[in-house]
Amino acid sequence: MRHDIILRIGAKLILPFILLFALYVHFHGEYGPGGGFQAGVISASVVILYALIFGVEPTKRAVPQGLVERLIPLGVLLYASVGLPAFFHGRNFLDYGVLGRDSASGHALGILLIETGVLITVASTMVAIFYAFADRGRT
Amino acid sequence: MKAIEPHLPVLPVLIPLFGALFSAFFRRGASAWLVALVATWLAAAVSCWLLAKALATGMPISYQLGGWAVPWGIEYRVDVLNGFVGALVTTIGAVIMPYARRSVAHEIDQHVQAWFYTMYLLCMTGLLGITLTGDAFNVFVFLEVSSLSTYVLIAMGRHRRAVLAAYQYLIVGTIGATFYVIGIGLLYLVTGSLNLADISARLATAPPEFARPVVTALGFLTIGICLKLALFPLHVWLPNAYAYAPSVATVFLAATATKVAVYLLLRFFFTVFGAGIGLASVPIPELLFVFSIAAMFIASFSAAFENNAKRMLAYSSIAQIGYITLGIALANQSGLTGSIVHLLNHAIMKATLFMALGAVAFRLGVVQISDLAGLGRKMPVTMATFVVAGLGIIGVPGTAGFISKWHLALGALEKGMWPLVFAIVSSSLIALVYIGRVVEVAYFREPAAAANKAHDPPISMLAPMLLLAAATIWFGLDTRASVGIAAEGAKVLLGGLK
Repeated sequence: MRHDIILRIGAKLILPFILLFALYVHFHGEYGPGGGFQAGVISASVVILYALIFGVEPTKRAVPQGLVERLIPLGVLLYASVGLPAFFHGRNFLDYGVLGRDSASGHALGILLIETGVLITVASTMVAIFYAFADRGRT
Repeated sequence: MKAIEPHLPVLPVLIPLFGALFSAFFRRGASAWLVALVATWLAAAVSCWLLAKALATGMPISYQLGGWAVPWGIEYRVDVLNGFVGALVTTIGAVIMPYARRSVAHEIDQHVQAWFYTMYLLCMTGLLGITLTGDAFNVFVFLEVSSLSTYVLIAMGRHRRAVLAAYQYLIVGTIGATFYVIGIGLLYLVTGSLNLADISARLATAPPEFARPVVTALGFLTIGICLKLALFPLHVWLPNAYAYAPSVATVFLAATATKVAVYLLLRFFFTVFGAGIGLASVPIPELLFVFSIAAMFIASFSAAFENNAKRMLAYSSIAQIGYITLGIALANQSGLTGSIVHLLNHAIMKATLFMALGAVAFRLGVVQISDLAGLGRKMPVTMATFVVAGLGIIGVPGTAGFISKWHLALGALEKGMWPLVFAIVSSSLIALVYIGRVVEVAYFREPAAAANKAHDPPISMLAPMLLLAAATIWFGLDTRASVGIAAEGAKVLLGGLK
């Protein structure tokens, strides 16, 4: 599809807006439909769409496989680490109340961080699965 | 130390979890191994500390995650029984680690070795989560964590059939997990609670018209958990899974995974349903007797006719699970003590046996019984540990296996079921046949050409094997610690019946 000009220009135009929409879905997860998982899938679709139109090799130059495979544990690590600060305040694991000035803002921040962890892991896992299938039969 | 102590119940789960995440950042197997080594030994240390604390206090230690009050929040609830199982899982997991480096480097592709350690630690996280949590749905989440990582571990085996074995287990394991959730759903329907202790209290006072959903829940839970613990005839996934998984994964799964499922069954039978309604109408003990005895005999016969040594030991595991469930069916102090102590004893003995086979696979690459010919002379230390642990499986006095069978037999006699004693003894004789086959081939046959250059594995692999073989003898002679804790655990369980 390298020579199909409409697809290439169209994709270049639409990709940043998809990414922006992913962030919108992520930060409005508390108030409307959405959240980390959906936002992660949408952001992964950016990479996958790019790969479908421009090929897997250029995509891997932009989003290297090694990076993707390290982002998978990074998201979970962020998710799990949100529970740790409570230890230093004499509270139990996963008590987000200590993250903010008061309990409510602490919990809001805790959930947002956790959803960010979900976003990172879901997005990178989707891309990793796509790479795994795209590489089949090549090597 | 003072700062850590209040968080003890949750640390055995957190340490392997963070270990798994950190080891996933590495691409080199050796770095990931180092993370796994540190994580497993730390987890073992805190688990043993937790067990000591549970023994000292004598009361369940409660930990409320996120500070949410019980029964709304998730509670970790540790008493002697699950403290014991947690210490068992982490200690075995830690002892395997020095052995794992060479074996994994030999059996698993370079670029996925780090993933192997990640999955190993995740599996441990899941198993410990199931063990330590006091929340029924949390159990399900950790059941999935441990199951999914187990499928990956099995699929990493070198043989192509490893993928098929993993897929087979995936189907069966998913059915088991689904049955478990249906059971939990029905319990939630009746009691409106997911906290195990709370469910138990509410079932005790539930009106009799709730008997039907409760009994249905019991049925779903029993079958779901029995799929996981491979009770005959729900064991079909196990022989292939153990036979084709990488050696280290087989050692770990054989020693811990089914044990944790047994713990879950004990917890539901005695703590949750113990004082429940209308359970006298369900012939659960009778069914367990039938299936346990069938497992003891049929699985042992299958083992005796098996030509692949790993599959043979897998069938032997199913038979040994039969002994454990026999003690559960007896449901008296001696029988339960026998069951609980057999969790430990069987874990030690089976880990030793599978480690010895892993050492053979390390040198020869194959584990057909005929390939073991002459190894008694070529790999003397390896085969000696195999013989010691094998004697334990048979139940020779002076080994750990004898102690468990002794208490099971006592439990049977207390119930006046003396034919069970004959069943225990005669099924042990079949174990003599299948262990004896290996010993005969290893010590009295001329080594094949391939085995001529074989010799004992490096010291990092030998030391864990020797340690566990020594433990087989130790727990056969000095039973104060093992039987003492098991008896305490049995008391906790039987306390739930009143």
